[in-house]
Amino acid sequence: MSILVDKNTRVICQGITGGGGGAFHTKGCLDYGTKMVGGTSPGKGGTKDANGLPIFNTVDQAVRATGADATMIFVPPPFAADAICEAAAAGIKLIVAITEGIPVLDMVRAKKFLADFGDSVRLIGPNCPGVITPGECKIGIMPGYIHQAAESGKKAVGIVSRSGTLTYEAVWQTTQLGWAQSSCVGIGGDPVKGMDFIDVITLFQKDNATDAIVMIGEIGGSAEEQAAAFIQANVTKPVIGFIAGRTAPPGKRMGHAGAIISGGQGTAQSKIAAMKNAGIHVCDSPADIGRTLRQATTG
Amino acid sequence: MKIHEYQARDLLSRAGIAVPPARVVQTAAEARQAFIENGLARQVVKAQVFAGGRGKAGFVKLVDSADEAFKAAEFMLGNRMVSPQTGPDGIAVHRLLIAGAVDIAHEYYLGLVLDRARATASVIASAQGGVEIETVAHEHPEAIIKEPLHPALGLQPYQARNTAVALGFSGKQGQLFADMLLKLSAFFVRYDCSIAEINPLVITRDGRLLAIDAKVNFDDNALFRHPDILALKDDAETDPLEIRAAEANLNYIKLDGDIACLVNGAGLAMATMDVIQLHGGSPANFLDVGGGVKAEGAVEAFRILLADKKVKGVLVNIFGGIARCDLIAEALIQAGNEVGFTVPVVVRLEGTNVQQARDILAGAKKSLPTLQTATDLNDAAQKIVAATRSK
Repeated sequence: MSILVDKNTRVICQGITGGGGGAFHTKGCLDYGTKMVGGTSPGKGGTKDANGLPIFNTVDQAVRATGADATMIFVPPPFAADAICEAAAAGIKLIVAITEGIPVLDMVRAKKFLADFGDSVRLIGPNCPGVITPGECKIGIMPGYIHQAAESGKKAVGIVSRSGTLTYEAVWQTTQLGWAQSSCVGIGGDPVKGMDFIDVITLFQKDNATDAIVMIGEIGGSAEEQAAAFIQANVTKPVIGFIAGRTAPPGKRMGHAGAIISGGQGTAQSKIAAMKNAGIHVCDSPADIGRTLRQATTG
Repeated sequence: MKIHEYQARDLLSRAGIAVPPARVVQTAAEARQAFIENGLARQVVKAQVFAGGRGKAGFVKLVDSADEAFKAAEFMLGNRMVSPQTGPDGIAVHRLLIAGAVDIAHEYYLGLVLDRARATASVIASAQGGVEIETVAHEHPEAIIKEPLHPALGLQPYQARNTAVALGFSGKQGQLFADMLLKLSAFFVRYDCSIAEINPLVITRDGRLLAIDAKVNFDDNALFRHPDILALKDDAETDPLEIRAAEANLNYIKLDGDIACLVNGAGLAMATMDVIQLHGGSPANFLDVGGGVKAEGAVEAFRILLADKKVKGVLVNIFGGIARCDLIAEALIQAGNEVGFTVPVVVRLEGTNVQQARDILAGAKKSLPTLQTATDLNDAAQKIVAATRSK
């Protein structure tokens, strides 16, 4: 078992011919074993990409021809929110938006657009590394080889993170510890995004293959505090946490007025305190994620 | 992106919001002339800088004559402004705004920001204006009114009327306020703002509703569709190294410590700073080279780090995803050949093309005499802290 993606997931790439990573990472996903079935690039429909995958002008055409149910978006920022809406309207169930730099008000509107589809469409990202179920399906830019597929006898951790590279850090440490990963989800670093900690953790809690959960947050907003309260009330599996940004100077990344909305929340200290109160095993150094997982699960 | 008060007043005024007329000057003589031309008995001189805390620092002054205007301007242009937001060295002031003083009956706060939890923009308003809104939010959270914008339709007229009522406006003033709020929220959306704030918004003794001070910031990711806004950019208060980094597409923030770090990914970059501090060091910067970094960008990143004369050591922490370890290794060697590393360098690499990168570095002792490699992030932080201490 796993969450969100598995060996049956059929994936297209929106922006498959682009220099923004679409072409490069389509090959990376194919090499990993992901069922890549095609891609879109307006104006290039009817041709094939370097890997021989069919290219379509629209997502609608791609879905009809290939039966795709997931998409990986590398469309440039000015057009990316539209690409997300296009995917949902065409019947794609899982939208993974890798693109970084989408205007936040574009995401506000796209998220409202997606709300009409209810739970039938899920968005991961934007500005994220993607999602992977090791050994089965990789949608995104993460290096595949650091992951360990779940196999009999091996414990598996589910990882959810706002940061790409910190996710790799956690994956690598848990692999070296002898654990597998059930699935890893990079939810992205943007203020307005698709799935948040609670959405992913809900899936991990239900997933039989997930024995423990690692959540990696960072300064800004209050998603970690909300997730902590949710975990305390709903999650029975061990949760290991890390928050990046204790030394980040105030005001540099967090907007002056963002602090009002969250009413004193948003600092690393606030998040760490909320997580510790909720019984989450928070580590001080990102190098200790693996060690903390071992302690939390052998105690 | 930030803009100055005088620019924000100008934009809001063009959006139909009542802003008292003002003049912008760059010399004390111009300030004297502006006072005379304004023709009002009492006027205010305000330094045009991004940093807050102007009033307490003496960089907002009421003046009652052309001579006083001249003196206030001479002081502000001739001294660096030091406030809690500027750092001990303060900042130079290049422009002043001069406007008629207003006879204030009551001050309000009115702003729009992004509400992340609701995933839409929200109005923030308070009848306690003229002070820091964070202070009000902290001490009197009940005094803060929030009204979220519909994500696609924006603020609706009924919401503006509700806000007016909640602030205690009635009659003609209620209409004036609702109209101003609708214009401000339309402006926020039209220009992809991240903050649009009027503080204070005042009712004058003769019943007028006026925006006395304005602060407007923009979403950097949306500037591509607002060339008119981008043209207002003023880098005078930005650290020169940060400007250089931005030109090279590097996300760099200068800090006060002495251990430089070069990292890919914002989260890992923050975490690297945290680990340096955890092991007793002090980070000199935040630097995320980004996933799409090319050789030239990476070399420029090393040049920028070494241009900070406080730096006693460099920690490179790369977990290759899109970014390739071999590219970073080659950039490190090129920077070593070009600039020369006299300070210790600790490198920790993992991820995409890590073996090639290790091979490249293993053969580069000559270019990088101070290089040490590390096995993980704790090891890397311990090594760089130890190396900089022993120097």
